[in-house]
Amino acid sequence: MNQTALKELLYKIADDQLILGHRNSEWTGMGPLLEEDIAFSSMAQDKVGQSHAIYQILHEIGEGEPDQVAFMRNAEQFHNCQMVELPNGEYDFSLMRHFLYDTAEAIRFDMLTKSSYEPLALLAKKIQGELRYHTMHAKTWIKQLGTATEESKSRLQTSFNELFPYALGMFEQSPYENDIIADGIFPGEEALKEKWMARVEEIIGQTDLKMPEVSEAKLGGRKGEHTEYLQPLLDEMSEVFKIDPTADW
Amino acid sequence: MNEVINKEQVLDWLDEVKDPEIPVISLIDLGVITNVDITDNKVTVDMTPTFVGCPAMDYMKQDVVDVLTKHGVDNVEVNISFKESWNSNKITDKGRKALHDFGLAPPPKHNLQVDIDILEHVECPNCGSDNTILKTPFGPTACRSIHHCDSCHETFEQFKPL
Ligand SMILES: [Zn+2]
Repeated sequence: MNQTALKELLYKIADDQLILGHRNSEWTGMGPLLEEDIAFSSMAQDKVGQSHAIYQILHEIGEGEPDQVAFMRNAEQFHNCQMVELPNGEYDFSLMRHFLYDTAEAIRFDMLTKSSYEPLALLAKKIQGELRYHTMHAKTWIKQLGTATEESKSRLQTSFNELFPYALGMFEQSPYENDIIADGIFPGEEALKEKWMARVEEIIGQTDLKMPEVSEAKLGGRKGEHTEYLQPLLDEMSEVFKIDPTADW
Repeated sequence: MNEVINKEQVLDWLDEVKDPEIPVISLIDLGVITNVDITDNKVTVDMTPTFVGCPAMDYMKQDVVDVLTKHGVDNVEVNISFKESWNSNKITDKGRKALHDFGLAPPPKHNLQVDIDILEHVECPNCGSDNTILKTPFGPTACRSIHHCDSCHETFEQFKPL
């Protein structure tokens, strides 16, 4: 099994979960409804916890302590896609990102339950069950707001158009794509993207929204190239960690 | 401790360790303790979290160690693993009853494919009616959902199926 390839895969999955988890947690106390506030905080807790479980696997194959890895790296050492680091914006933007991301993540973990790398397959089985609540939440609200008022539809559509190129960036290929597939660790980004697209089209088809024009994917995140928004977020996350590195999360 | 440690006794002691958020249910009845092994007077306890991000896991692990130490077991090892991962079907009947008496609807048994249908019409723990609706799958902690009963007009929580 190609260890470098495996680590690259684990890092990008964990980093996506960690960064979006922190973005979600910024909704605490800010949501449009108390219920939504709690939903985003709760999903944040799941995602951050899941990222730590993956950092733990990385630790067991020779990488640093999970907390160090989560809080002490700089932006260029992060492998998350750019979509998850974008600021929350308005609620419709966060909701659309949550839908696009969680749809992909649920399929990704579903695929990983069959991974040849056992620790990952076992963890994926567990995470996949939890993510069902996240996708259920996203789907319910996209359907509801995507068929509600002109304003809610137009806001969601604008966010959708803006996010689409970033969403395509989730599937940026790794330099080890062939090894990952050949080793049976993961069926690859292209296979994931195909399933994701079909699922997104299916749900969007049940609303008054339209799929955006196909545009060029925003790539680079997987290689450590990020928007200006990531470093300030990391600084904030690590500030809390540096104050008390022994604090429990 | 000189005498040989007896497994039944250990399980009995472990029954004292409760879920910190729902202090009426033991970790054994919750299904979080998946195995107990006693070899050469060393007690090894395997645990698995209800939710991956469960913030109480370290606390529960320490609780297990503390309770066994209190009873004189000085060689304790606790492993946390996903080998036998948790799902809500693992809650015992005794555990389900404890949740119900606590006012939390126990999770329905399911085929591990939780979808929205099984979250609707959860039996109300106050009046027993199933004329209830799901308010939100995200309650005050990761493991609870919030429901409303149209019969007795109470809002109640469910230990959600996973
Ligand atoms: Zn009732």
